[in-house]
Amino acid sequence: MNNFFDIRARQAAAAKGTAASSSKQTGTTENQRLQPWVEKYRPRSLDDVTAQDHTVTVLRRTLQSANLPHMLFYGPPGTGKTSTVLALAKQLYGPELIKTRVLELNASDERGISIVREKVKDFARMQLSNPPSGPAGEEYRKKYPCPPYKIIVLDEADSMTQDAQSALRRTMETYSKITRFCLICNYVTRIIDPLASRCSKFRFKSLDERNAGRRIEDIAKLEGVALEDGVVDTLLRCSQGDLRKAITFLQSAARLAGAGQVTNREQKKPKRTKIEDAEDDDEDIDAMDVDAKASASASSTAVTVRSIEDIAGVIPNATISDLTTAIQPTGPGTLYSRVSRTVTSLVADGWSASQVITQMYDAIVLSDEAIGDWQKTKIVLCFSEVDKRLVDGSDEHLTILDLCLQIAGILGAR
Amino acid sequence: MALLVDKHRPRTLESLTYHPDLSARLSSLAASGDFPHLLIYGPSGAGKKTRITATLRALYGPGAEKIRIDSRVFLTTSNRKLEFNIVSSNYHLEITPSDVGNYDRVVIQDLLKEVAQTQQVDLAAKQRFKVVVINEADSLTRDAQAALRRTMEKYSPNLRLMLLANSTGNIIAPIRSRCLLMRVAAPTEAEIMDVLAKVGKKENYKSCEDLERRIAHDSERNLRRALLMFEAVHAQNDNPSDKTSIPPPDWEALIGVIATDIISERSPARILQVRAKLYDLLTHCIPATTILKTLTFKLMPKIDDGLKSEVIKWAAFYDHRIRMGSKAIFHLEAFVAKFMRLYEGNLLGMDIDFDD
Ligand SMILES: Nc1ncnc2c1ncn2[C@@H]1O[C@H](COP(=O)(O)OP(=O)(O)OP(=O)(O)O)[C@@H](O)[C@H]1O
Ligand SMILES: [Mg+2]
Repeated sequence: MNNFFDIRARQAAAAKGTAASSSKQTGTTENQRLQPWVEKYRPRSLDDVTAQDHTVTVLRRTLQSANLPHMLFYGPPGTGKTSTVLALAKQLYGPELIKTRVLELNASDERGISIVREKVKDFARMQLSNPPSGPAGEEYRKKYPCPPYKIIVLDEADSMTQDAQSALRRTMETYSKITRFCLICNYVTRIIDPLASRCSKFRFKSLDERNAGRRIEDIAKLEGVALEDGVVDTLLRCSQGDLRKAITFLQSAARLAGAGQVTNREQKKPKRTKIEDAEDDDEDIDAMDVDAKASASASSTAVTVRSIEDIAGVIPNATISDLTTAIQPTGPGTLYSRVSRTVTSLVADGWSASQVITQMYDAIVLSDEAIGDWQKTKIVLCFSEVDKRLVDGSDEHLTILDLCLQIAGILGAR
Repeated sequence: MALLVDKHRPRTLESLTYHPDLSARLSSLAASGDFPHLLIYGPSGAGKKTRITATLRALYGPGAEKIRIDSRVFLTTSNRKLEFNIVSSNYHLEITPSDVGNYDRVVIQDLLKEVAQTQQVDLAAKQRFKVVVINEADSLTRDAQAALRRTMEKYSPNLRLMLLANSTGNIIAPIRSRCLLMRVAAPTEAEIMDVLAKVGKKENYKSCEDLERRIAHDSERNLRRALLMFEAVHAQNDNPSDKTSIPPPDWEALIGVIATDIISERSPARILQVRAKLYDLLTHCIPATTILKTLTFKLMPKIDDGLKSEVIKWAAFYDHRIRMGSKAIFHLEAFVAKFMRLYEGNLLGMDIDFDD
């Protein structure tokens, strides 16, 4: 039996692959179109970046002036940080130059001090590549400004050690004439001050409802997915401003509803089959955005609000109200037996603890008018402790049981 | 001979008995071709792995079941050699990062990139991407999880991850954002009984509904445990009846003894005796947090209702301590001592222990 670590098998496969490429092309093209939607709809240019108006305006200006400061992008997951810098790079350099002008290092690369120094140094020292000469080059330059510096993207920089970050300070200065740095992180506080202060900071906000909603509607239209009323709102609520999450939820819900199944497999143009390096594929995908829309099949049903909530792991109201009923001072059986039975089944059903406490908090602290203020004051203390413990990895069963019993105690002590 | 758990594991999505909606979702995702990264979570023994294996089969056909085990060597940054095992088929491979402890990041970085950059060996493969299954993903270090982020995006044409975890709490937000989360609830007692009945029939066991009901109940909705108990009972008794006792695993029996010990005498001498038993459990690799939790729930039926909330409070407290601290035995012992004081106080009718 072959195995894909087996080099010989791989070589043979590669050889066969080229030989068989003409017959295989169809299959591969299909597969490229069958990307997860988050990748399929990753912004290709700054104009596609939704809801980060300020950042996009400033960056667009740099396209004209061809001058770029060092940059620090920060914000929660799925708000477009990586996409923005990739789109910017593409627009600055075009497909020919981007490979030699942009270096991307992320958390999956080895980023110890010496390695960062070496890699950055080697990259910075390389001579600036130039656009093709002759009339073709003129054409190219018209489309892409190709400014005379390189860009080094340090994505997911929060996972770099402090030492590695300090080491960067010097490097940044040494090569500042010919390189620009773009640091990307979720938490700006994880970037040491001396580095942060050298950069223009761009905050990526959680996506606001209106813009993100439009993006989702667009994608649904392109994919031929019908949405029930309220689905867009539900998607936004459940993904809490994380557009990537919203898109993934949408895709999964669409599959479940049988919508947009790619039944219609007609081809636009053949594409190459070689996949030595997955990164190369970026270019190929550009062309494929729209052709899937034809596939909205008649048999599909609309995506429902409940299916989205289900996929997002939202606990049904009935389950939460079982819990809030169990913690009331009076009820059948003893308090402990009531609460422990409910919690045990909640845990066995696998609901994530953080989801449980979020929804309990909503139900008890935010929405239950019958609970007095002084009781709520005590209850929020319990939530605070429990949240901390869960983050520390405490046992979810014991922790939630404890929370419920403590709240029950507070409610009982009238 | 294979254990029942393995022998009768359903191999296709269609043959999975419970959670039909989940199976339907997985098969529609598998059929669509634009399969996302998955994070499958749920209590242990709920059948996550079985579902994943069946999904792989739906994606690639029976070839995904032809697995082999390779031993691989990785070089850490400090040039230490790390050897560990990888289970793989032509289409997927499977790793358990806790096998490599704190070096999981190195393994993840190297392995995933390698997988992503190699082509499907089998040109007739139904999917262009290969799948990497990561068991116990909630025990991945933060660094290792961070290393997954761009990899999951950049190599998405060639690579899909299926992460298996008991809960999503220890998975960092950027990873959760990149996956489709799927909750696998533990089967209900009725669903477990159903499975037991089916397996029993295949094994020509004498069927005994009452016994099966008790096993389903005692298993605490853990199907794996239920099947193990089922097999053990039938191995030990030729003719089991509804009265046949179901022996718990040794370690659990020992914790039961500890619970009785604690209740019957509350004294420093007893703490010493209990300590020896706790050590015994720890040296047999029963996790301290499992010991604490099991002990707590064994104590519960033996104490006054009024005391229960307080005991749970301290159990949760020491569970947290065990995770944050470094010497598990300290916290286990502290819990035992605390419990004894609470129990004494309750006997004397006093609230002696409401100091936090
Ligand atoms: N502002 C946006 N406009 C359009 N699409 C977006 C935007 N933000 C996120 N997306 C969608 O979400 C996906 C992920 O975005 P991106 O990789 O840029 O997130 P990120 O901010 O780098 O997140 P992380 O912190 O997790 O790395 C994109 O492929 C795109 O489909
Ligand atoms: Mg990113």
